[in-house]
Amino acid sequence: MAEPLVIATDLSKKFGEFQAVDGIDFQIAPGEAFGFLGPNGAGKTSTMKMIAATSPVTQGTLRVFGLDPATAGAAIRARLGVVPQEDNLDTELTVEENLFIYGRYFDLPRSEIRKRIDELLAFAQLADRKKSKVDPLSGGMKRRLTIARGLINRPEILILDEPTTGLDPQARHLLWDRLYRLKRDGATLVITTHYMDEAEQLCDRLVIMDKGKIVGEGSPRSLIQEHSTREVVELRFPAGEQEIVAPRIEGIGSRIEVLPDRILVYADEAEKAMEEVHNRGLEPEMTLARRSTLEDVFLHLTGRSLVD
Amino acid sequence: MAAPALRVVEANARFYRRTWRGSVISSFAVPFFTLLAMGGGLGRLVDEGAGTGRGAYLGFIAPALLAATAMMTAAGESTYPVVAGIKWTKNYHAALATPIRPPDLVHGLIGFLGIRLIFNLAVYAGIMVLLDAMELGPALAAVGPAVLTGVAFATPIAAWCATLDDDRALSSFFRFALMPMFLFSGTFFPVDQLPSFLQPIVFLSPLWHGVELARGAAGVPQSPHFPWWVHTLILVTLAVVGLVLAARNFTKRLHT
Repeated sequence: MAEPLVIATDLSKKFGEFQAVDGIDFQIAPGEAFGFLGPNGAGKTSTMKMIAATSPVTQGTLRVFGLDPATAGAAIRARLGVVPQEDNLDTELTVEENLFIYGRYFDLPRSEIRKRIDELLAFAQLADRKKSKVDPLSGGMKRRLTIARGLINRPEILILDEPTTGLDPQARHLLWDRLYRLKRDGATLVITTHYMDEAEQLCDRLVIMDKGKIVGEGSPRSLIQEHSTREVVELRFPAGEQEIVAPRIEGIGSRIEVLPDRILVYADEAEKAMEEVHNRGLEPEMTLARRSTLEDVFLHLTGRSLVD
Repeated sequence: MAAPALRVVEANARFYRRTWRGSVISSFAVPFFTLLAMGGGLGRLVDEGAGTGRGAYLGFIAPALLAATAMMTAAGESTYPVVAGIKWTKNYHAALATPIRPPDLVHGLIGFLGIRLIFNLAVYAGIMVLLDAMELGPALAAVGPAVLTGVAFATPIAAWCATLDDDRALSSFFRFALMPMFLFSGTFFPVDQLPSFLQPIVFLSPLWHGVELARGAAGVPQSPHFPWWVHTLILVTLAVVGLVLAARNFTKRLHT
């Protein structure tokens, strides 16, 4: 394996008494799409900001491109692209001006920036909006512009913090498509998300974070194999009956999870599990068989659901 | 100035090119009408009463208004835009994801403000010459002290604004700190006119030092309290201490 671009050892971040990140270890290799999956407040954004050299490390060591963010912050940032959770574009400026000013921050020559602006706007499917102001753009367009802005310095790592939060499904898919293209072209992506489908779609490898700690690590597939069964049966019973019915389901599949609105039965073969439920004389209002997802992994590892 | 700070000056200039229309009123129209009303209207009355000859009052307040205008412009640029960069538009956060560091933002802010002040005040000085308030030489000579006054306000105010969570304190600041300073720093009447126990309080006003310095540079007979270098020293100290504090506070606030 090539030399990792990011190496974190026992990395911690404290805000006053609050432990946002609690002694985590991870490495990010060149060309990989690496994800931090976890609920809000898990410490993902704090970790990102430390990698982006805009938030000092409280404890542990962090190396980005082999450099220490504490002493070589500007040199690290020169080689990174950052797409923050909240768009922080200059809304009073035009699309083009936003990219231009950003390029100048990286000390790029003006003629080079102009060339890159055209390429990036074509990539972000915003070529026809070059001269328009940012304010009236849709949420999806603003996010794509923020990504284009993050690419102006041809970064070696592109950091995306919750890239599709707040976007409608169509805008999301369009954004994912752009990120696939980057990935295909060999970009190293670091993504935080609390959407398990996003993590499954985009990430080669990910860590699951909860309360500042890493609770699981691997590719989406290996995490599912390791921490869940192949399939899941979701059973919905009339309100209030869930707890009463749960003991009668015990023993079907390898384990069950009782959620407020449904019961999940983890089994390698959903068909068989459903048969068994019927054999026990239970009549759920609704039955759904599906494959295991990272949501199930998270539930298993933390006892909580991602959307809590 | 380091290269990254120059990039911030450039960004501010680009932003200003888009938004300058909104600042024309406060930069030129307000000082122009103040000069017209106070100098032309009130001045006539004062000159007749004091028997100082026509236009003397206008000549007295003109360099002071240069310094006061610099203060107001500087306050405008180092209050709301700083809170906005940190809390509202978050464009400071965007800049800091690049090689730009928090002190570069401060230096870029003050650097661009300096350029704007030189330009704005030179235009204002030109207007004063056209209105026969001053000769061209003295008018331009007063621009330097006025720019220094503006910077001496901007850096400590920016340092303070980098600690704010919202703009609630700002309107009080304009009303209860800047407005009284504008009126009572010897801008419109000599400090000697105030009761003697109030005069030392006026000495605490940075604007008074700027006003005295601007009058001195313009050759207007000034009040005899301090020599010019004391005023300069006080303003330079404020500017430098403010700059150091602003760089520190920006870093503390933005690199958390």
